[in-house]
Amino acid sequence: MNNTYYGKLIFELSKEGRRGYSLPKNELDNYKLDTLPAQLMRSEAPALPEVDELTVVRHYTNMSNNNFGVDTGFYPLGSCTMKYNPKINEDMAAHRDFTCLHPLQDVDTVQGALEVYYNLQESLAELSGLKEFTLNPYAGAHGELTGLMVMRSYHASRGDNKRTKVIVPDSAHGTNPASAAVCGLNVVVVKSRPDGTVDVDDLRPLLDDTIAGMMMTNPNTLGIFEHNIAEIAKLVHDCGGLMYYDGANLNPMLGVCRPGDLGFDIMHINLHKTFSTPHGGGGPGSGPVGVREGLEQFLPSPRVVRHEEEEGHHYTVENGDQSLGFISGFLGNFAVVMRAYTYILTLGHEHVKNVGPLATLNANYVKESLKDCYELPLTGVCKHEFVFDGLKDKSTGVTTLDVAKRLLDYGFHAPTIYFPLLFHEALMIEPTENESKETLDAFIEVMRKIAQEAKEQPDMVKTAPHCTPVRRLDDTQAALKPIITYRELATQE
Amino acid sequence: MSKIIEGLCYSESHEYVKVEGEFGYIGITDYAQHELGNVVYVDMPEVDDEVTAGEEFGAVESVKAASDLVSPVSGTVVEVNEALEDEPGLINKDAFENWIIKVQLSDKSELEGLMDAAAYKAMIGE
Repeated sequence: MNNTYYGKLIFELSKEGRRGYSLPKNELDNYKLDTLPAQLMRSEAPALPEVDELTVVRHYTNMSNNNFGVDTGFYPLGSCTMKYNPKINEDMAAHRDFTCLHPLQDVDTVQGALEVYYNLQESLAELSGLKEFTLNPYAGAHGELTGLMVMRSYHASRGDNKRTKVIVPDSAHGTNPASAAVCGLNVVVVKSRPDGTVDVDDLRPLLDDTIAGMMMTNPNTLGIFEHNIAEIAKLVHDCGGLMYYDGANLNPMLGVCRPGDLGFDIMHINLHKTFSTPHGGGGPGSGPVGVREGLEQFLPSPRVVRHEEEEGHHYTVENGDQSLGFISGFLGNFAVVMRAYTYILTLGHEHVKNVGPLATLNANYVKESLKDCYELPLTGVCKHEFVFDGLKDKSTGVTTLDVAKRLLDYGFHAPTIYFPLLFHEALMIEPTENESKETLDAFIEVMRKIAQEAKEQPDMVKTAPHCTPVRRLDDTQAALKPIITYRELATQE
Repeated sequence: MSKIIEGLCYSESHEYVKVEGEFGYIGITDYAQHELGNVVYVDMPEVDDEVTAGEEFGAVESVKAASDLVSPVSGTVVEVNEALEDEPGLINKDAFENWIIKVQLSDKSELEGLMDAAAYKAMIGE
């Protein structure tokens, strides 16, 4: 890991009059700036940095070296599949034939792009066991909202307006209750059993004709497969509700089992998780939403429709009468769609089936190799991720936060900590299917070493990290008195 | 070892009620503040709001997590601890001294459903 911090701003490198470009000659002469309305005119020149090209290149290269990414090292973040983004995805998304398209072009001139959209939609439908997908939502949580809007549209279409509640397990991702609230639905929490799965006995009394549906992640946020899913789906369907599948944990299921076959009616997929498109700050994201047969008419507009013709296929872009409306401009983040489609084609029918099993194998390998040093509250086989409840030996006072900080010293990204909330010292690990056994072994060795250090030099672990560009940050002050801009930093000093 | 005060009523979700006549002072326990870590924000109701036993009335946000505040009793809010707006960390300094809301109790029999100090101590395993 890089251990020098580069903290300059491009504005600090600015030198008056310096240029790194030359603009082409202005070929327009029939415009008059002074006819613009006054409120559109600048009163002073914009404060742009004046720098030469080499300075710009060094600035951004040095700044990128401050970052830790999946291209730099192992990134075992639980609850969020952080898998490698193959470079071929970038090549395809950057292909000139796609990057030069305009969304308002005539559909006859963008048949190739619509074919990609349609084919990905079909691939996702086949992998998930659902009827049709929209690729329009911009991210996972946006997909959740869209999916819940489909749920509402379905109930409204039947004139059933009293269904205002959505059931969410207490182990759910925070986005589930948030999406439900944004959609105007009330959240009802169902408890988990000691083994981490939904408590069916706690669920039963919650079910009545006010329930719009239930949101679930399977495997859940603890990495445990909800083995009662068939019974849960039946109970929810029997009361008239729909089952929503949060696709955040789809990775271990890929090629093994399909949400549609488990009884789910609506789902979203995070393309930036399961289908290897850039994640987090590297976005933009994409959260396709799929529905079972009978719900496709509610999907957002526009939809890409394929027409069979004698000389091949023809694609059109259509707005439906019963559609819930527009949730994005045009057809979502098309460049992300290109990447996900490339990933599926790269793996092919045969290898896409290995994603789930390998992700599961890697997680179980790490879990079994560390459970003598770290507290494993839920034993048994996990899926793609698992949770430790801190160090086994708690007498040293070394917490999960300290372990996570110490990992940075060894060049690994910290796992997810203090989520899920079911355990006090939660430390959540997801290796994904991408990592080699050598990488996993190196991580295991470091985790074991930290457990040893916690006993022998607890104060050293409690003050970690020691070898990173910045040392331990003050989370409390950052939350209470955040310094958001460079100007605020200057006044502080 | 967390501090537990005799004579208060405790809920399973780690709130306490300190009863004084018709009024109850509601806050989170010392154990809860310790588990949460440094509190950075307290979301409180307003005076005259109604709270209901078993229902959310606000939230405590720490560097680790945001947790709902669940009212152990029903009643009307007569006062909120405004000091927590500027200095939420007071809860970490003394969770029992720094209550969050003061409520006029509407049903004192609800107190019987809460735990006493000994039962709460047993629940948190100390």
